[in-house]
Amino acid sequence: MALAAITPDPLDLQALTREIVDGAAGDGAVAAFTGLVRDRSQGRKVRFLEYEAYEPLALRALGRIIDEASETWPGVRVGLHHRIGRLEIGEASIVIVAASVHRAHAFAACRYAIERVKQIVPIWKHEYFEGGEVWLEGAAADPDDEKAKLAAYRIACA
Amino acid sequence: MRVTVKLFARLRDMAGTGELIREVAAPATVHTVWKSLTAEMPSLVKYEGAMSMAVNAEYARMAAAVHDGDEVAFLPPVSGG
Repeated sequence: MALAAITPDPLDLQALTREIVDGAAGDGAVAAFTGLVRDRSQGRKVRFLEYEAYEPLALRALGRIIDEASETWPGVRVGLHHRIGRLEIGEASIVIVAASVHRAHAFAACRYAIERVKQIVPIWKHEYFEGGEVWLEGAAADPDDEKAKLAAYRIACA
Repeated sequence: MRVTVKLFARLRDMAGTGELIREVAAPATVHTVWKSLTAEMPSLVKYEGAMSMAVNAEYARMAAAVHDGDEVAFLPPVSGG
């Protein structure tokens, strides 16, 4: 199983966790994050979401985040799977797993990864709510923006 | 020379297509391609200050060189996760 993936299929946190933990003899901690589709967003009642990706670049961006995490916290291993296509309320849109010798780095790398996903991965949410639809737009992606990278690091280590 | 332009999310909706072919004169940059696009679709101009660009599925700046056969993508602010 690839550590970075963009897929239209339901995500499998357990399988990704097994992949990360396999051969992790020196590790004492594994942290996981799952992002779910919420039924409410900014006062709107959400019906479902459609995620769109620029797949080849999104995959590279996920790989970049994994590399950044292992450079920032040596020895940490991160797996990152993002789902695309139509997702219903309560379904997982992203799963992240981070393993490390100690818990602090596993938690930090996991948090760092989701913050960086929101900054630099070319994936977009199309929200269908009761009464309309809207493309959500967050950050203009710039992987070389050191201020954004530092902001993600600070959140991860807060 | 010919380049393939890829548009995503709201930019794609506004243009009515996610992929189109443009003829631009060499030497060209990402900016040349964008200018050629917005000349026909002026409503896209408002994204100029808030989007990202990519050449052959690697992030690139407006000044980056574009060659015959390249794929140039224009990306609205992202909202994954």
